[in-house]
Amino acid sequence: MNLKTLKKKIRKDFGNKYQVTASAGVRTVTGESADWNEIISVCSMCVDKKHGIHVVNDVKFTGAEIKPMRLPAISDNALEGAAPDVLIIGGGISGASIARELSKWDINILLVDKESDLAMQASGRNDGEVHPGIDLSKGSLKHKYIIKGNRMYADVCKELDVPFKRCGQYVCFDQAAIKPIIRLYALKRKFVDGIDDTVVISGEELKKREPEFNGSFKYAIYNPMAGCVCPYGLTIAYAENAVMNGAKVSLNTAVTGMKVENGKIVSVSTNRGTVKPKIVINAAGVFAEDIAKMAEDRFYSIHPRRGTNSILDKKSGKLISSIASIKKLEVNSGHTKGGGLLNTVHGNILAGPDAVETWEKENYATRRESIQTVFDKQRGTVPSLTERDIITYFTGVRAPNFEEDFVIEKGRKTSNLIHCACIQSPGLTTAPAVALDIEKMAVEMLGNVKKNENYDPIRKGIPVLREMSAEERDTLIKKNPDYGEIVCRCEEISKGEIIDALNSPICVPTVDGIKKRLRPGMGRCQGGFCSPLVTKIIAEHQGIPVSQVRKSGADAVISFGKTKGGESR
Amino acid sequence: MKYDVAVIGGGPAGLAAAIEAHKNGAKVILIEREARLGGILKQCIHDGFGLVRFGKKLSGPEYAEIFIDEFRKENIEALLLTFVTNIKKLDEGFEISVVNRNGVRKLESKTLILATGCRERTAKQVSIHGTRPSGVFTAGTAQNFTNLLGELPVKKCVILGSGDIGLIMARRLTLEGAQVIGVYEAKPTPSGLTRNIHQCLHDYDIPLYLSHTVTKVFGDERLEAVEISAVDEKMNPVAGTEKIVECDGLILSVGLIPENELAESLGVKLDPKTKGPSCDGSLMTSVDGVFSCGNALHVNDLVDYVSESGEQAGRAAAKFSRAKRNRVALNAGKNMLYIVPQSIDTEADNAASTVYFRSREELGNCRLIIKCGEKTVFEKKYQFLRPPEMERITVDFSGVDSDITAEIEVAEK
Repeated sequence: MNLKTLKKKIRKDFGNKYQVTASAGVRTVTGESADWNEIISVCSMCVDKKHGIHVVNDVKFTGAEIKPMRLPAISDNALEGAAPDVLIIGGGISGASIARELSKWDINILLVDKESDLAMQASGRNDGEVHPGIDLSKGSLKHKYIIKGNRMYADVCKELDVPFKRCGQYVCFDQAAIKPIIRLYALKRKFVDGIDDTVVISGEELKKREPEFNGSFKYAIYNPMAGCVCPYGLTIAYAENAVMNGAKVSLNTAVTGMKVENGKIVSVSTNRGTVKPKIVINAAGVFAEDIAKMAEDRFYSIHPRRGTNSILDKKSGKLISSIASIKKLEVNSGHTKGGGLLNTVHGNILAGPDAVETWEKENYATRRESIQTVFDKQRGTVPSLTERDIITYFTGVRAPNFEEDFVIEKGRKTSNLIHCACIQSPGLTTAPAVALDIEKMAVEMLGNVKKNENYDPIRKGIPVLREMSAEERDTLIKKNPDYGEIVCRCEEISKGEIIDALNSPICVPTVDGIKKRLRPGMGRCQGGFCSPLVTKIIAEHQGIPVSQVRKSGADAVISFGKTKGGESR
Repeated sequence: MKYDVAVIGGGPAGLAAAIEAHKNGAKVILIEREARLGGILKQCIHDGFGLVRFGKKLSGPEYAEIFIDEFRKENIEALLLTFVTNIKKLDEGFEISVVNRNGVRKLESKTLILATGCRERTAKQVSIHGTRPSGVFTAGTAQNFTNLLGELPVKKCVILGSGDIGLIMARRLTLEGAQVIGVYEAKPTPSGLTRNIHQCLHDYDIPLYLSHTVTKVFGDERLEAVEISAVDEKMNPVAGTEKIVECDGLILSVGLIPENELAESLGVKLDPKTKGPSCDGSLMTSVDGVFSCGNALHVNDLVDYVSESGEQAGRAAAKFSRAKRNRVALNAGKNMLYIVPQSIDTEADNAASTVYFRSREELGNCRLIIKCGEKTVFEKKYQFLRPPEMERITVDFSGVDSDITAEIEVAEK
C-alpha cells in the first residue's frame, strides 16, 4: 500500500488520531491512544513487506504506565575501562550462539546480560521446538535461515553435549475435503522449499503412531525433521563453550546508555562501569529496540507478545511422543497463534503457548485464562489431556516487530553495530545458522582478525547419572561418592552433579541456576523435598550463610536468617 | 544375598514394618534415602504424637526415637542415604537396584513393603497464578527450613490451606517471631484436626478464613503480596471479591499425595479415592508380594495409625506365601470418602480386621453399616464424623463370601 492510500485508510478506520510519516525505508507512526490493540492494528497496517519497509511505533500509549526496564540491584565498577573487540548485549540463545561462533577468532568478546543467569527471558521461557519450517513466507529471513538452522541441530547439540531429539511433527486435520490442497502443499514443500521429507499420512497410520490422538483426524502432515531441544540448556552450553574459548560473560549487567559520535558507538555505560567496545551486537530480545535507540539506529519497533506454556507430569508422557498441532482452515497471519503439544527432551508433555499482545515487556505473570485457552484447544488433539497433570506453568514474552520477521543486519546509521533483533519463533531453530552469518558480519566489520588457534568446539556437559548404565554409574560413584548421594528424588539428581554445576564455566550459584542446569525442582514435587538441600549445598560450596543464597535475582531471598534457636547450630 | 522382606522408606511406617517383619522371623532390609531414620517426624518438633499408642504426648523425634532404638536393638539391616532407582519383578520376588555413596548395587527380596510416604501438593497444582518469586513454600518445606536448617523462611506470611502441617506452621512461625496474617481455606470447613485449630490458631489469635483462597502472587524477586478471593460452593473464585494482602511469605498446606511412583512402576493398582494402592486386609497390593503402609497407602492424620499399618504390612510380608487367594471387594458406599482395605481375602483369617475410613463430609448423628449382600457384618453409631478425622474400627469379616459395601446412614445432616 502506498503512503497516500495508507494514510487515507488509517483516517477512515481511526479518524485523525494517528499520523504516519515516511523516510529512508521507515514508516513512523505517531499519535496518542489508550488502546494498545488499536496501536498494534495501525502499526501493522503500515507494514509493506514487498518493499522492505519497517515500522516504528512512536504512538504515545496512555492506557497504562509502561514500566522502565528492570535493572540489576548490583552497582560496581567491575567492567570499568574494559575495551572488548565485541560487546554482545543479551545472553539469550542469539547472544550466546553468536559469542560461541565468534570465539573461533582471536578477539576479546564480552557478553552482558542484565539478569542473574543466561536464557532468563524468551530463551528460557520457550517450548524448545526445533521447527521444520512450515508456514514461512518465502523471502523472509525466517525462511532464509530455517532449513539451515534445523539441519545444523544434530551436530551443534553433539558438539555442545545437549540433548536433542528429532521426534517429528504432526499437523492434524479433520476435514477430509481439503486433502488435495494439502497434497499440493506437500509438493510445494518439496519443490519450492527444498524439503523433500514432508509426507501426508492417513488417519489410521496416525492412530498407529500416536494412539492417544483424536480419532476423528482424517489425515496429517508429517514433518520428520521437526525436533526438540532444551532451550535454556542449549543457551547455557553455547555460552559455556564461548567462555571455554576465551569469551567473557558478565551477568547482572545492564546497558543503561551509549555515547555515539559521528555514527559510531564510542562507549557503552552499564551498572558495572563504562565499556569501550570496537563493535556492538544487539541481541537484547524485547529490549532490542531500546538498545537500537541508544545506538541512534532505531528503525523497527517491538510489540511484545506473551505466551504461556504448561508442563505436565512425566506420567502423562505417553499421551504423545512427538510434536502436534491441529489446523483449522483459517488465514495464517504469519505468527504463532495457539501452540501445540510437545514431548520434551526430558519426557514431560508441554502444552502451549498461546499468544497475547501486551505492552509489558517484563510481566511474566501467568493467568488462569491462558491455561484454559491452551487446554481447550489441545484437547482437540489429545482428548484425554487434563489440567490435573500440570506440574507447573510459565509465561514468556516474544519480541516481534510489526513486519513479523527478524532484523539481522549491520547498523543503518551507526557503523559499528549489528542488529540481531526482533527474534521470535522460530528463532531458537534459526539461531545456529544466524550466529554464523553474524559472525561473518562482525569479522568483516573488525577487519584483519586472526583465528583463535586454541578454539575447541567441544563442550562436555555435566554427567547425567540417571541415564547411565549401572556399570558406568558405579564407576563414576567410585571415583566421586557425591554422585551416589541423591538430592532430588523426582529427577534423580546427585550432590555430585550439583557440585559440578557450581564448578561449571559460568557458575550461577542460585537455586534457579542449579535448577536450569540440572533439573532439581523441575519434577512433580517442584522442589518441595530438595530445595532446602540444594540451598544448603550452595551455601556450603560458596562459603556463605543460607540467608545469602538466592532463588534467582539479588532480592530473591530464601531465608531471612537464623531462627531464635538456630544460632547455636 | 536374598532377603525375605525389603522395606522401602525409613519413616514411622517403614520402621514399624521392618521391626514387625523381623520379629516374625523374616530376614529384613530397610532402605532409606535420607541420612537418618525417622522420615518426616525428624522435622515435626511439636508434640501430640503417640497419644493413641503410648498414651502420652511426644514430639515427632521422640516418637521416632522409640522405634529407631528398637530397630537398632534388633540389629535390623538398613541402608541409609540410599536411593532405589528401579525395581524389577522376578519369577520369585524382586530385584531392587539402589544407588548410594558406595556405588550401584542390586538386592533381591521375596517381598516388598512400600513405605514411601507422601508429598505435598504445590502452588501450581491449586492453580495459583502470577509471578514466580521466592517466598512461596509448601508447609513441609517451610518446616524443614525452620526446624532442620534453623532458618527463618518468612517474616510476614499468609497460610493457604488448613491442613495440619499448615496449622502447625502457623504456630511455629509465630513462636519464631514471624507474623502470620491469617489462614485461608477454600473449603467451607477446616481440613485439619480440631485440636490443631484450637492449639495452633485460636490460642495465638491467628484468624481462619473459610471459603477463601489465594488466586495470585505478586513480586518479581521475593514475594510482595498475594491476592485473596472468596470462592463459591464449587470452590471457584468469585469475581469482584479480590483483596490484596501484603506479605513476604505464602505457606501452602493444600493437601498430601501418597507417593506411589515405585508402586506404579510395578503395576500396582491404585485406588483413585485414596491415591494409594488398593489393598486386601493384609495390606498386600494387587501385585503378589508387594505390600503398602503408612501415608503411601492413604494419608493419615495420626502417626499412631501409620505405625499400626506398618506393623500389619510387616507381619503379613513375613508370613507371605503364594497360597490361593480369593478377594472380594470392600467398597466405599454412600457418604464414604474412602475405605482401607479395599478388598478382603476370604481365604485369610479375617476375624479381627482393621479398617480405616473417612466420611465424605461433616456428618452428625449417623451410622456406619457394613453389609455383605443383605447381611449386616458391622454396625456402629457416630455422633460426629468429620473428613479430617480418620476413623479406625475392627471388623469380623469371617464368613463373608461376596463383595462388601460400607455406607453411612444419616439421621440428620
